[in-house]
Amino acid sequence: MMRGTRINFGWGRVIGLTILSLAATVAPLPSFLELYRPDFVALTVLWFSLLAPRLLGLSYAWCAGLAVDGFRGVLLGQHALTLTVIAYVASKLRLQIRAFPPLQQSAVILALLWLNEFLLFWIDGVAGHPVTDWRRWVAVPMGAACWPLLTALYARFAARR
Amino acid sequence: MSSHDSDPRPLLLGGPALGLRLIVLALMAAGLMVADQRNHHLAAIRDGVATLAYPIQWAVQAPVAAWAGLRESFATKTRVEADNVRLAADNLVLRLKLLRFESLEQENQRLRAVRESSARVVQRSLVAEIVRVDLDPFRQRVLINKGTRAGLFRGQAALDANGIFGQVTRAGPISAEVILISDPEHAIPIQVNRTGVRSIALGTGRSGLLSLPYLPQNADVIVGDLLVSSGLGGVYPPGYPVGKVTAVVRDPGQPLLSIEAAPLAGLDRDPEILLVWFESAVVEPEPEPEPEAKPATATVAPPPAPKPAQPPDQAQSQAQRQPEPQPLPAAAEQSPLPSPGQAPAEPPPEGNAP
Repeated sequence: MMRGTRINFGWGRVIGLTILSLAATVAPLPSFLELYRPDFVALTVLWFSLLAPRLLGLSYAWCAGLAVDGFRGVLLGQHALTLTVIAYVASKLRLQIRAFPPLQQSAVILALLWLNEFLLFWIDGVAGHPVTDWRRWVAVPMGAACWPLLTALYARFAARR
Repeated sequence: MSSHDSDPRPLLLGGPALGLRLIVLALMAAGLMVADQRNHHLAAIRDGVATLAYPIQWAVQAPVAAWAGLRESFATKTRVEADNVRLAADNLVLRLKLLRFESLEQENQRLRAVRESSARVVQRSLVAEIVRVDLDPFRQRVLINKGTRAGLFRGQAALDANGIFGQVTRAGPISAEVILISDPEHAIPIQVNRTGVRSIALGTGRSGLLSLPYLPQNADVIVGDLLVSSGLGGVYPPGYPVGKVTAVVRDPGQPLLSIEAAPLAGLDRDPEILLVWFESAVVEPEPEPEPEAKPATATVAPPPAPKPAQPPDQAQSQAQRQPEPQPLPAAAEQSPLPSPGQAPAEPPPEGNAP
């Protein structure tokens, strides 16, 4: 599904996409939907790490993570760390992951998003304000479910000149 | 930018360079977290990021706000008229109350002058609008559209028309973050209005629920009791409504009561809040991110405190004047340990050390 995609990105599109996904993480939703909101910034970072690791590497993941921290007013650096880690794993395994069929790809994304959430959970605990509510894990499968849709959307966005 | 298919560089990227970059970036992130956790070192960076983020946050909520505004402007005439009648009636009642309040305030000031204690009343307030973005579904925090430029400061109390709302945890130049009294990391010193019993109300993470876990089994609390702020700790002005007791569970097997209360302020529906300035009688401690979280243990202590460590005459006079607020717990509120208990405990180790 991604093999035919040609990545042709200017910095304007990169920044635009990043701001859009940041906005999506804080956009007001009805409270019953709020829990199911996928981590759009993590998905965007994963997409770039899989498709264009030379264009936007770990430093991009780090900066995007710092922006998330600033946006949500949490401990500075926690999303920076977790997104860098998942971007590293994704760019290491990108050739395999890109060859996977869509369903299997979603499964890998599920694992990476889970790793991201687990690291956040861990940092929250170490920093002294643990969120032990089980519902924090609900957003992880939602993110994996959104992945095929998101890749199709981003591929269009990337292909447009 | 670069077409990925025609990239001349080697197909397999990674290797030591990628791992090295991961380590460097992870260390940088860890350094940031430690510095941020230890507080205050990163105020400039945090303010910078928050200021950059604010326009986007504002833009995100703009359509929602615009929709609300549009609905408001199309409100039917009958509803506006009904509102008007209701507000006029409210105004009459409030004016009547105010007349009595002014004479009471005068009297209170005279009485306080006799006792040589200064009153702490709200002197100035500022209305701030809540920016409707979802910061974190598991933390009860909101963003407001005023910052240090409007004179806000960290640890400032926020109220709404019905009661205490929360306090400012981070004040940027043009925006600030407010922690609600229902946040699980928040605790507010309160007093039961009917009996004067003091305790701490903790947030639970649900906007309609506070918990009071530190009252003993024999405490006089019943469902429907009004909880007001006690003003200990100096963050909140004393005497403002906080919540109403909704459930009291007396389990004989437990040493403490389990009490639930509902906050009176409209924590999840207020469009705007009031930030207040008041003159604090106690010397204010260095504002912590959650200034009341630690004193929680200290305030449980005061009831038994007079017994062990006080000189007998002082303890007696305190026992006699039990119902009215004493300066002692206010002092205890600021240091994690009540000083009377600490004083006799300290000298022996010093004597033994040399």
